[in-house]
Amino acid sequence: MLWYTIRRLLQGLITVWFIATATFWAMHQVPGDPFVGEKAVSPEVEANLKARWGLDKPPLEQYWIFLTNMVQGDFGISFAQESRSVNDIILERFPVSAILGILAIVFAGLGGVLYGALTALYRNQWPDVIIILLVIIGISVPSFVFASVGQLVLVVINQLIGFTVLPVAGWGDISHMLVPALVLGLGTMAFLTRLMRSSMLEIVTADFIRTARSKGVPAAQVFSRHQLRNAVLPVITVLGPSVASITTGGFVVENIFGIPGLGQSFVLAVQQSDYGVIMGTTVFYGAFLVLMVIIVDLLYAWIDPRVRLE
Amino acid sequence: MLLFLLGQVNQCTGTRSSSVGAVHAATGTITLNLAQEPPQLDSTKATDQVSGMVLGHVMEGLLRYDANDNLVAGVAESWSLTDTEAHFTLKQGLMWSNGTPITAHDFVFAWRKAVDPTTASQYAFILFFIENAREITSSDMPVESLGVTAVDDHTLHVKLIEPTPFFLSLTAFPTYFPINQAFYESRDGGYGSNAEDLIYNGPFTISQWVHNANVRLEKNENYWNRDAVHLNAIDFAYILSDANAIINLFESGDIAQASLNVELIDRALRNHWDIRQHVDGSVFFIEINHREDRLTRNYNLRKALQYVDDPPELVNKVIKLPGNLPGKSIFPVWVQGVNGKFREEFPAKPIMTNHDKAREHYAMALEELGLDKITLVMLSGDNPSANKQSEYYQSKYAKVLGLELKLDRQIFKQRLQKMTDGDFDLVLAGWGPDYADALTFGDLFTSWNENNRGRYNNPEVDRQIDIAKNSSDPRTRMEAFARVQDILNEDVAILVNYERGSLYVIHDRLKNVARRSVGPDPDYAFAYIVDEES
Amino acid sequence: MISDLGVNDIGTYSFKRANVDLDREEISRPSLSYWQDAWLRIRSNKRTLASLCVVVFMVLVAAFGPSLWHFEFDSQDLNQTSKAPWSSRAMTVIEPYTPWVDRPAVSGWSDTGGPTNFEVVGFPSIEFVRLTWTPVQGATRYTVYRTIVDPEDGPFGLPLGTLIGESENAYEDRIDLEQDRYWYSVEATFADGSTASTTLPVEVSAATTLAGAIESQWVDSDSDLQPGDTLKTPWHPLGTDYLGRDMLARLMKGAQISLFIGIVAPLLFILLGVVYGSFAGFLGGKVDSLLMRFADFVVALPFLLFMILFKLVFGIGAGESGILPMLVALVLLSWPAAARLVRGQILQIREEGYIDASRLLGTKTPRLILRHMIPNTMGVILVTFTFAVPSTIFTEAFLSFIGMGVEPPIPSWGSMCNDGRKTMETTPHELIFPAIFISITVLAFNILGDGLRDALDARMRSTE
Repeated sequence: MLWYTIRRLLQGLITVWFIATATFWAMHQVPGDPFVGEKAVSPEVEANLKARWGLDKPPLEQYWIFLTNMVQGDFGISFAQESRSVNDIILERFPVSAILGILAIVFAGLGGVLYGALTALYRNQWPDVIIILLVIIGISVPSFVFASVGQLVLVVINQLIGFTVLPVAGWGDISHMLVPALVLGLGTMAFLTRLMRSSMLEIVTADFIRTARSKGVPAAQVFSRHQLRNAVLPVITVLGPSVASITTGGFVVENIFGIPGLGQSFVLAVQQSDYGVIMGTTVFYGAFLVLMVIIVDLLYAWIDPRVRLE
Repeated sequence: MLLFLLGQVNQCTGTRSSSVGAVHAATGTITLNLAQEPPQLDSTKATDQVSGMVLGHVMEGLLRYDANDNLVAGVAESWSLTDTEAHFTLKQGLMWSNGTPITAHDFVFAWRKAVDPTTASQYAFILFFIENAREITSSDMPVESLGVTAVDDHTLHVKLIEPTPFFLSLTAFPTYFPINQAFYESRDGGYGSNAEDLIYNGPFTISQWVHNANVRLEKNENYWNRDAVHLNAIDFAYILSDANAIINLFESGDIAQASLNVELIDRALRNHWDIRQHVDGSVFFIEINHREDRLTRNYNLRKALQYVDDPPELVNKVIKLPGNLPGKSIFPVWVQGVNGKFREEFPAKPIMTNHDKAREHYAMALEELGLDKITLVMLSGDNPSANKQSEYYQSKYAKVLGLELKLDRQIFKQRLQKMTDGDFDLVLAGWGPDYADALTFGDLFTSWNENNRGRYNNPEVDRQIDIAKNSSDPRTRMEAFARVQDILNEDVAILVNYERGSLYVIHDRLKNVARRSVGPDPDYAFAYIVDEES
Repeated sequence: MISDLGVNDIGTYSFKRANVDLDREEISRPSLSYWQDAWLRIRSNKRTLASLCVVVFMVLVAAFGPSLWHFEFDSQDLNQTSKAPWSSRAMTVIEPYTPWVDRPAVSGWSDTGGPTNFEVVGFPSIEFVRLTWTPVQGATRYTVYRTIVDPEDGPFGLPLGTLIGESENAYEDRIDLEQDRYWYSVEATFADGSTASTTLPVEVSAATTLAGAIESQWVDSDSDLQPGDTLKTPWHPLGTDYLGRDMLARLMKGAQISLFIGIVAPLLFILLGVVYGSFAGFLGGKVDSLLMRFADFVVALPFLLFMILFKLVFGIGAGESGILPMLVALVLLSWPAAARLVRGQILQIREEGYIDASRLLGTKTPRLILRHMIPNTMGVILVTFTFAVPSTIFTEAFLSFIGMGVEPPIPSWGSMCNDGRKTMETTPHELIFPAIFISITVLAFNILGDGLRDALDARMRSTE
């Protein structure tokens, strides 16, 4: 297990290097100059600006500087917010996205397991039908529609009640996070519900359930100890990849709800051609995903003894 | 499901928002949003509107604008201006927010910093009216040679290179704000990046700046005119640019002011909100590429485009926002003339939409160019209003002339790059005034102006602007500008589309908020909250 | 192979052909090929069949809809912007617009302290509304407002314009008028800041000039309609958008774009993945692990961030739709999943008992690949493809929604949603229709994918 972990981490490092290289290469193909401004910039000023960010050096040297700095955990200075380092910006924004993402996954995971179990329990009865209907909506309606509608619903609720039940936008405490996280988690929740449902139905017919039943184990215990626990396993495997899909949705949700996360900062950086932030965010985020996949794999191996670590 | 889960969640947490709401009379606090995070608050480098607005509240130049848009005393107590120099006498006993006295040296330091080539400030050009400023920025002269000197702690002497009758209004511009040298150097390159990396001399100080989340201003107790400041705090609690989200915040009573786009007008009307109009002073136009190899060099083609142009239709049916004025001239209606408004004294040529004439000129252009059909590229920004307008022109040109317009939409920097490189035939462009004088628009199409991205070159325009720049006589200057206005129209140098206006809604208890075309906008410095009853 | 077993010394003559009882071996039902069997399963599943119909319908709509429908997706009608499907279609023909030169002269002053005799001049239509009032002595300016709900004593609504001067008594409103009931107010402001006002409800009619109607092709060019007559504008079954373009035409064009990207991109990246994966699977060893390591790298690239980066790199030029760059970016980033899957399948199938058996029976490699490998991977590939389509459609919609997708005026469901979102309160049809199109298509492909998996995936079937 330890050896396996070390090997996976080493592979992860190489992957991060690959991501960094691809990002650097892509950024250098982008046409345009980050220093053009609304007001024309004189050649002298532009030369000064280029020198400040080391863009006057040959690409290979820039690449080397970029890599060596990155190894030391330094992504340089933002082009748009000159006096701030990219590290500061990422460190400030990542926790926001992370909290939102975690909350969304918690919603999605809990909701998915709960609803999945409910549908399986009440197969073809009205709770099943309703939840399936909601699942269909959750799977087929894009997150940006949910976000827009969700915010409007909040406004209406706040107006009906007469005071701010939950804030409409912004960032601060948990009350700001609930609705965005919910909107963000809906798609994944629907997906997990479906997965949980089929997994539950499959397990109902499994031999060990029949054995447990015939041994006279109470139905509630069969459900909680055997059926639910085993059915959750496949749900855990897809949690890793859902991190990616949740961050995708995060781009829109952060923009619509005015949440200062990484997604919002990336979109802004793209609009401002803030090379430093674009490269830093991509590499950081890529590294984070790699780490998540490794963790989920290890977690799965730890939960399910049937999985052999090669 | 949303509602169902909402109930579940609320039971679990039961937390409430901490914001005090749009206006809070008891604490004298108003809550607002910022469209974006200020990139930095170093006044020598700030270029964007948000930074300018925040700086306008926490800093003060030699002069400032009051709530009625008059230029009044700021740090300076008295001043005098001639064709070649300006003198300012500073008020006695003024202090920075940390207690250090404000002196003339603070201005010298800031202005030198702004033109210093190592600062690489995009707005260095706004100091180019001062002796040697241009040469310093291009590294031809030392920074110390800038034509500004602190005669003593309270006297500032400025040498000008040409008559600059509007110089006083420039001193209210953020790039002209003072910076305390000792403090600047103590921040070790980080000046302006955090609330504690600044000291203030304006009506407010920044008490909290959580990056990308909020900026909170509190009344500056060291400000000389503190009795005129009624608000205790301005809480920019949201950094948000999505128009719908902002209006949602307004509707739920979280912010006191919100801008209104055309899509949101009906909603505002249904809610009986107090809608106001604001003319932001900028002019939007189609800039035409006049470079050698371009089809748009052809006069008849440009004339055809001019005859197709229908600014009232654009404003009434595409932009649809009251307050926008159909464009007739590069000089907007608010520009001052000799005695009254420039446009009243020197009316622009009327709009001459005429499809038949357009087709005539187009046919002539085709013949001269030896083409069967013309395809042009229109460069534009990547935002909804640019999309609407460029699609309108595409459809319009095809319908009236049979001209194919290819749209080239680019994000901000890429668009600017293409404009600078001349990689376009037509571009949707705009110009906001840097100072309150016709010159900010007038010299835009001179051959030497770097912002003349279409490289329009007309010796007569250059000559007229030279006349205007070398005179301080209002009549001489305005007549020169009037001549430029006519030439640009006759020669179809550009096609003026509209003068931009905007709508906003404001909390009915918040009063005395100044909106202006030049200077920090909006300005809450002298705003106040009225009681519920009144 | 047989020779390796050392059986060549057993002569053929040692064996005698058994007497096969053909009757007993008779299969009572007709033999079914893999695809026939799959089709039977699909046909028996109503949900799958229905979703297949929806998919086919959408494809047909996308393929033929735009050319059959009489509205072009990009033809604008600025007199019919943001019309809901159910709004009225009647229009009155009016005289061509001429600037209002004969404004009423000031004939007297109001004696009530505020403007009086506030009234409409001429016929109030969406072309223009002309208002006049009796001015007040001492007023410094007049502001004209307009609103769509009775203002009572609240704010007067939208400030249209301000007229400076005591004797101003007329205003012409032309901005964004619709067929509706409006309340106009004129407010006089006095030197001391006090105000006085009056309000007038005005019923604004839909109207057009004959020339305008001919240009919009609502009537023939030899029409003998006279001012005052009414005509009926063409029906937009799903309404129009903010530039008066037919929603149905745009949705169908959008279907073309969404489905083109949604189908072609997965086709290409799965093809690339199949080639890459089977290459790795067949070759095995060092090459295999090297190839798969590279695939792992590509998987690790943050998808959305790179989609946006690629868009920047390609730098969409003038008049380009941005479809090609998006396809390329999608293919470049999405192939590894299919490659992994195919490689895994091929490695697995190679070890299956029936392959060994078939080989023992003397089947040659080409036939082995054709009869066993392909059909057995095809099912999985097809299922993967069916699931890749909706997620690609989502990606496209998503990118277009944040403005990083297809370039206008080419519509995309995603960008239409983004446009519609802004007016979701007042003209919900602009958001609802594209959202429904996305949802139905995505759902249909998902259900079809489920059905196909049941029908095609041999392992899934065996557990039933």
